[in-house]
Amino acid sequence: MIPAEPTGPGVPAGPGLPPVSPGPPGQTSPPPDTELAELAGAELEPDEEAAPVPDPEVAEAVLAPVASSAVGTPLLTVEDLRSYLATGHGVVRAVDGVSFTLAQAEVLGIVGESGCGKSVTCRTIMGLLPKGLAHSSGRVIYHPRGEGSLLDASQDQWQALRGSQLAMIFQDPMTALNPVLTVGEQLLEAVNAHAKLRRDAARARAVELLRRVGIPAPQRRMRDYPFQFSGGMLQRALIAIALASSPRLLLADEPTTSLDVIIQDQILSLLLELQQDTGMSMILVSHDLAVITEVCDRIIVMYAGQVVEEGRAAAIITEPRHPYTRALLGALPQAGHQGELLSIPGHPPSLIDPPAGCRFAPRCPLVTDKCLTWETELLSTGGDGHLARCWRHEEVARQGPATQGTVPQNTGPQITEVHE
Amino acid sequence: MNRFGSFPRRIAQLVILLFGISLVTFFLLRLIPGDPALAILGSSYTKARAVAIDATLGLDKPIWTQYGLYMGRLFRGNLGFSFFYGQPATTVIFNHIGPTVFLVVYAAVMAAVISLPIGFVAGLHRGGPLDQSSRVFFTLSFAMPAFWLGIILILIFSVHIQAFPLSGFGRGFFGHLYSLFLPALTIALGFSTVLVRSLRAATISTLQSEFIDTARMKGVRWRRVLWKHVFRNAVLAVVAVYGVNLAYLISGTVLVENVFSLPGLGTLLVNSVSSRDYPVVQGVTLLFAVLIVLINLLTDLTQAALDPRVGQEIGG
Amino acid sequence: MTAMWAASPSEVLYKAASKAAGRRRSVARRRLPLIIGLVLLAIAILAVTFAPLLTSAPPNKIDVLNPLAPPLTPGHLLGTDQFGRDLFSRILYGGRIDLAIAFGATSVTLVGGTIIGLVAGYSGGKIDNLLMRIVDLFFAFPFLVLIIAIIAMLGPSTFNIFVAIWITSWVAYARIMRAQVIVAKKQQYVLAARALGYSRTRVMLRHILPNTASAVIIFSMVDAIGNIILAASLGFLGLGVQPPTPEWGTMISDGQNYMLTAWWLTTLPGLAVVFVGVSFSLIGDGLADVLRPGDR
Repeated sequence: MIPAEPTGPGVPAGPGLPPVSPGPPGQTSPPPDTELAELAGAELEPDEEAAPVPDPEVAEAVLAPVASSAVGTPLLTVEDLRSYLATGHGVVRAVDGVSFTLAQAEVLGIVGESGCGKSVTCRTIMGLLPKGLAHSSGRVIYHPRGEGSLLDASQDQWQALRGSQLAMIFQDPMTALNPVLTVGEQLLEAVNAHAKLRRDAARARAVELLRRVGIPAPQRRMRDYPFQFSGGMLQRALIAIALASSPRLLLADEPTTSLDVIIQDQILSLLLELQQDTGMSMILVSHDLAVITEVCDRIIVMYAGQVVEEGRAAAIITEPRHPYTRALLGALPQAGHQGELLSIPGHPPSLIDPPAGCRFAPRCPLVTDKCLTWETELLSTGGDGHLARCWRHEEVARQGPATQGTVPQNTGPQITEVHE
Repeated sequence: MNRFGSFPRRIAQLVILLFGISLVTFFLLRLIPGDPALAILGSSYTKARAVAIDATLGLDKPIWTQYGLYMGRLFRGNLGFSFFYGQPATTVIFNHIGPTVFLVVYAAVMAAVISLPIGFVAGLHRGGPLDQSSRVFFTLSFAMPAFWLGIILILIFSVHIQAFPLSGFGRGFFGHLYSLFLPALTIALGFSTVLVRSLRAATISTLQSEFIDTARMKGVRWRRVLWKHVFRNAVLAVVAVYGVNLAYLISGTVLVENVFSLPGLGTLLVNSVSSRDYPVVQGVTLLFAVLIVLINLLTDLTQAALDPRVGQEIGG
Repeated sequence: MTAMWAASPSEVLYKAASKAAGRRRSVARRRLPLIIGLVLLAIAILAVTFAPLLTSAPPNKIDVLNPLAPPLTPGHLLGTDQFGRDLFSRILYGGRIDLAIAFGATSVTLVGGTIIGLVAGYSGGKIDNLLMRIVDLFFAFPFLVLIIAIIAMLGPSTFNIFVAIWITSWVAYARIMRAQVIVAKKQQYVLAARALGYSRTRVMLRHILPNTASAVIIFSMVDAIGNIILAASLGFLGLGVQPPTPEWGTMISDGQNYMLTAWWLTTLPGLAVVFVGVSFSLIGDGLADVLRPGDR
């Protein structure tokens, strides 16, 4: 039931995202700085290598003091990020000192139980936390823009950055679209946010975007309202909206959590495919370690607002260095293994009044008296930028990958093979 | 996927409702304690007139026959005879409709003009100066009887400043607009309390919706997000409140017409109660009820036309 | 070493955020409207109850020498009306009727409407259907017009105001309650209570009612304001309390004839209505915040 859609004259139907029709180079109007303007012109090419590369020396200097396992030119550096939320019950320390670096074209996974600060981290990077309620400190540096922190960006600067440089997709596609506007209207809004296109050109690009994310009969679906879409189709539409202005960094906040299992896989492989075609960087957030390990080059494990382990996906899975990571691995359902699902006993601590010392201590099987007072820090475990916030990380490593069953095969970034 | 697909069902509900309304208004007369003829005639009671009234009301027949007669008269547009005015009740009521309709529409528009900006801005800047002051103002006005507010407005604007007439309906469209400004304002202020509250709440909850984040994420200008997403959705959520509370306007009209001595249905209703002109009371009550049912129907249709989801829910 | 320099930004941030959190709602601040409302209402109730002790003259005593005396006239704190009757005294005595209607009419319809809504919502089926048709029917009439029509037939009197409100006002409670009950019926605690074999009455009264009553209780505060205003409105229209008994609405109506010369005759009884109305409104807001803290 996929009628042939007429393709607009200027729109190639290639595998990559359709580029914005050649517009004036300074299409992010008004450009906050020249670098950004150049970028906007250059990133029309799906081929990422053509993008301007920041001065390697500068890049070297901004690498976080804590050595990172990121390789390649950095795109985003987060330094000691804290976001505290004022609520009726008190101050929630949702993000409490998170640092990491993301390289260009890298896929970084952030994993952890609900309420560990993953979403708040993403929203802080996007500047989407409610004003007045949220207070943030630290630095978020988006390298193509220069060395200024995004936390200090003005509203105009944010507006120029969002969509064209940074984009985000949200957990629940059912609520992420305005219910009383057609999907087409909302997609066109994204297409027109950063490009001055003629009406029909904008429309052609919108239709092409929908086709690219795998929505059948895109021309017709443009006129439909969100409630006429299924969850999976909505998430595809949302991806199209996020990618409408060819951002260089996509934050995907639990993009598959609210979807059926089969649809989950489709959306994941679509995201990966788009990432590889465009060469954009991606941060994938999930509470599901299985999803993360399928897709990501590198993984950050978050617990109670802090990074507890960071490293290459393969290393984290085969040799977890933090008891929490180990517990997460142990909780994974095993294919062909009928054993009961191990869930981690207990709950994450309240972030209003987090425990002193190691925050995982109350749930940790290896807990000692020292853990309760230890001023935690990320320790290098030696190999390849693998870091863990546990002073007993060597004992953890000796215990092996997980308590139960076999660890799922790490497939690395070649996800397409898994999903055939 | 017809947005108005449920129309036949709505019409059926409407018919049932109108039937119920006719029953209620019919039985209203039954509430009169003692001899209705005596109550109707009062001091002009004579035996012969009483018999005549019993015959017109059909009081000598079984109750369902009486109801049948009543309905038969209704369909012929006959609401009974007003002994006070010496005219058919229909004629009397018809002569008083003009000022009431004008006042209701005037007040409805004025209330929208007052509450849309205030409710929206109060919701956007929650806890800000406008939010705080409008909250105090509307808490006060919610506790004010409309008739008293009307008198206070007269004291200020007609007596002290002499900007508006004390009473009267005025001549011509602009004359009406001028003369009815204070009455309409009185009703509109009361109505605005409800509207400002619900628009403020709708704005706050819309702002917290995830689709607002999506719109911001696109890099669309904030001003545009505000208009296209926040304002639009918040107003849509308030359309139902607006429609349902138009009934409130009609209650306000009854009082305010009496304060400003306007020759409308409200004044007629109250005068007819005092003069025991029961057919007119019955007729006005019936007319108001039918008006409200029609307004509610119109509200539903407007909502279905504006909000794609509503049509879906009812139709499905 | 991370901790060394991390401590300070964390503290700074915590202070900023906790300031915002404190502004949002401290417990004392949240209770404030409720407390102020209760105090205001208590003042009103005490004042009308002990009116004889607080006033210098009975409400109908005529002071021939001092007709239309302005407020602060010696012996007449709030002035007098056209007959020289003391306004302060009339406002206090008049308040007895208005407050009686606020409490008497509201409490009966609150209880009656809640029970009807509870039973209909819990039973479902035909009873529920019939109830909803009746509720729709009542909502088709403008409230004031229906009340006026009923009073027209019964004849104007204080008691008939109660009757008219009893006949019409329960529907709002029934509708609110029914909606709550239908939601509650599917909750775990109700299913559990039913599974344990408790009787219908017990499930309704011991399990559903306590968990659903907050909505009707909060609404009853709004309704009480409505009933006070209604009583005054009917008095104003000459359909309520009959002279010479003082009542706020009738007093405003009488005063309208002297609007140009004696502003206090209309203004002050109206302020009494606003005073009581605001106190109920504050109590309602306060209750909403205390009973359903998530709503705001």
